[in-house]
Amino acid sequence: MMKSGKLAGAVIATLVITLAAAVAEAKDKVKVGYIGPLTGGVSVNGIGGRNSAELAVKLRNADAKTKYDYEMIVLDDECKPNVAVQVATKMAADKEIIAGATHYCSAAAIAAVDTYHKFGFPVIVWGAVLPDITYRNKYAEIHRVNGTMINQNDANAELIHKLGFKTIAVIHDTTDYGKGHNEYFAKAIERGGKAKIVGTFGVTADQQDFTAELTQIKALNPEVIYFGGLTPIGVRIRSQMDKLGLNAVFDGTSGIVSDAFIQGLGPLAEGTLAFREGAPTNKLPGGKFFMENYNAQKYDNPPEAYGAFAYAAMDMLIDTIEKVGPDRKKVIAELANVKDRDSIVGKITFDDHGQNMVPVITKFVIQDGKFVEWDESEYAAGKRKLPGQK
Amino acid sequence: MNAGLFAQYVMNGLMLGMMYALVAVGFTLFFGVLDVIKFSHGDVLTVGAFTALATYVGLTSAGLNSNWLALVIILAVAVMAMAALGMLIARYLVMPLRSAPALNTLLITLMLGTVLRECVRLFYPQGANPKPFPALLPRSSIDLGAFNLRLDNVLMLSAGVLTIVGLQFLLNRTRLGLAIRAVAQDEETARTMGINFTAIVLITFAIGSGLAAFAGVMNGLYYNEINFGIGLYLGVVGFAAAIIGGLGSVYGAVLGGFLFAGLQTVGTVLMPFASAYKDVFAFAVVIAIMAWRPTGLIREKISERV
Repeated sequence: MMKSGKLAGAVIATLVITLAAAVAEAKDKVKVGYIGPLTGGVSVNGIGGRNSAELAVKLRNADAKTKYDYEMIVLDDECKPNVAVQVATKMAADKEIIAGATHYCSAAAIAAVDTYHKFGFPVIVWGAVLPDITYRNKYAEIHRVNGTMINQNDANAELIHKLGFKTIAVIHDTTDYGKGHNEYFAKAIERGGKAKIVGTFGVTADQQDFTAELTQIKALNPEVIYFGGLTPIGVRIRSQMDKLGLNAVFDGTSGIVSDAFIQGLGPLAEGTLAFREGAPTNKLPGGKFFMENYNAQKYDNPPEAYGAFAYAAMDMLIDTIEKVGPDRKKVIAELANVKDRDSIVGKITFDDHGQNMVPVITKFVIQDGKFVEWDESEYAAGKRKLPGQK
Repeated sequence: MNAGLFAQYVMNGLMLGMMYALVAVGFTLFFGVLDVIKFSHGDVLTVGAFTALATYVGLTSAGLNSNWLALVIILAVAVMAMAALGMLIARYLVMPLRSAPALNTLLITLMLGTVLRECVRLFYPQGANPKPFPALLPRSSIDLGAFNLRLDNVLMLSAGVLTIVGLQFLLNRTRLGLAIRAVAQDEETARTMGINFTAIVLITFAIGSGLAAFAGVMNGLYYNEINFGIGLYLGVVGFAAAIIGGLGSVYGAVLGGFLFAGLQTVGTVLMPFASAYKDVFAFAVVIAIMAWRPTGLIREKISERV
């Protein structure tokens, strides 16, 4: 009796395990996509974003209540428009991939939006800030969780006015990203009316030597050098300013909000200004939760400035698929209704262009090797002074 | 434009030109002895700069705090390591392809360059980020109005001039130089005269690659920043400089390097378009020069179209 009881127990146990496995396997596999710059000068941001999006997928797959088993397909846009179109086509053409969290680089994102539209592939942009990405066309497929560069340049110009600086030289890269920054910053400065842009210099996005441009700027003797571009050349320009004895405030954009900027410059980074949409990761509603889970995965790279947005984008895609099923059309229809949705980056509301309406801009200044919020910094308190500040 | 500003532009141009010239000399040397274009040359420069940086990190963690000593050591390590790398590339990639079409060498070294570059990016810790390079030279400077004359720039320029003069001396006044020139002129005859062809080729590649490492360290000291992509651009410019100077001629390469830097500065300062087009301008002039003098500004005795 005992023996058969044991046997029955074993049989039942086996059955249960098999059944459980069968149930687990019965979860349909759903593919979602991620695109970002995984190689090249800004790859730290792309890798940070990839890790963050992957974290969203992992946490969801670990949840027993999830309806589907998610798999994330990762492609590299190299921060180049031509490559972005290729990988966007590759991803959108694969019918098994339902939706994607895509692009850190504006130049890459703006090149790819038409492709997504053509294939009816829903995406949520997680890091690119060029307004045109959502506003040039009214594509139902395109959404964005982070803000645009218009807001950050308004905040930037406002701070420059407030600090009483009068003369500004502009350096921007000649991609859509840098040109956009130049345009919106110039508009905001003009509206303010108190400061003047004394010179504008377009440079290539992979230029090494800026001494010729900076020597021209030195002759113009501005109080502020505004830089619309990404970290790698930002590091070069700031360090070559020092070589030429150019003592002006270095005023950057969200493109330099990256640990790599501080690592690349060391003490020279001190006093650099930068601006980014959204609150800093540690102040986000879900910032603590995000950082704890991110650190638990022991990734080599930090999430960088936009990691939390990549997480939020992927999380929202999965939420939507959970709700309406793995169908691109239904996902697009559902994403049109996103209003006051909770996420780790705060409430998300998409306007009729799929743009998240985030009014918050965080002003940063680099103090002792860290991006510190301006209002909490010793610079705002008057304990330290920016170069030339009265 | 005032004199101070002009002096600053000249100084900027000279520093750029020196780096271009050092890279161009490498291209010219390799072409001289083997009639090959070695496209991985720029990336050897990158690896050299990163070798120097890694050595510096090692030295500081070992407690060394003399800047001069550190500079000498990192320069020596980088130059010797790249000389060895250059010899390996010559021995195992370039020489075996001697009888194959020249295009194969060009392709294989182009691909090797990509491999080197990606290796730096992937295997150097956080290699995709720009890396700060230590300022090991004295940072004192004299401020002459718009002109900031820096001692470190003067030292680097002098070191560059000495290196090129030294190379000329080596090529024209020593037995080794004679052997290199003999091989460059005619391989067969050189062999029959008892010159060890393989050894001379390897030595030439070692010299050229060592110069690239020197230029890489100079690049790091000048910009205080290096990244895995520096060699790609310097390689293209160095190659163009070697071509306009006349491949095979050391003076031509030096001339080409400074000419290219001068064109870029003119393109930024004097031309009425955005400075982003300075490379377009400089390369357009290079194309025009090539059309005017297909074998370069300084012609080889026996000219050969490239």
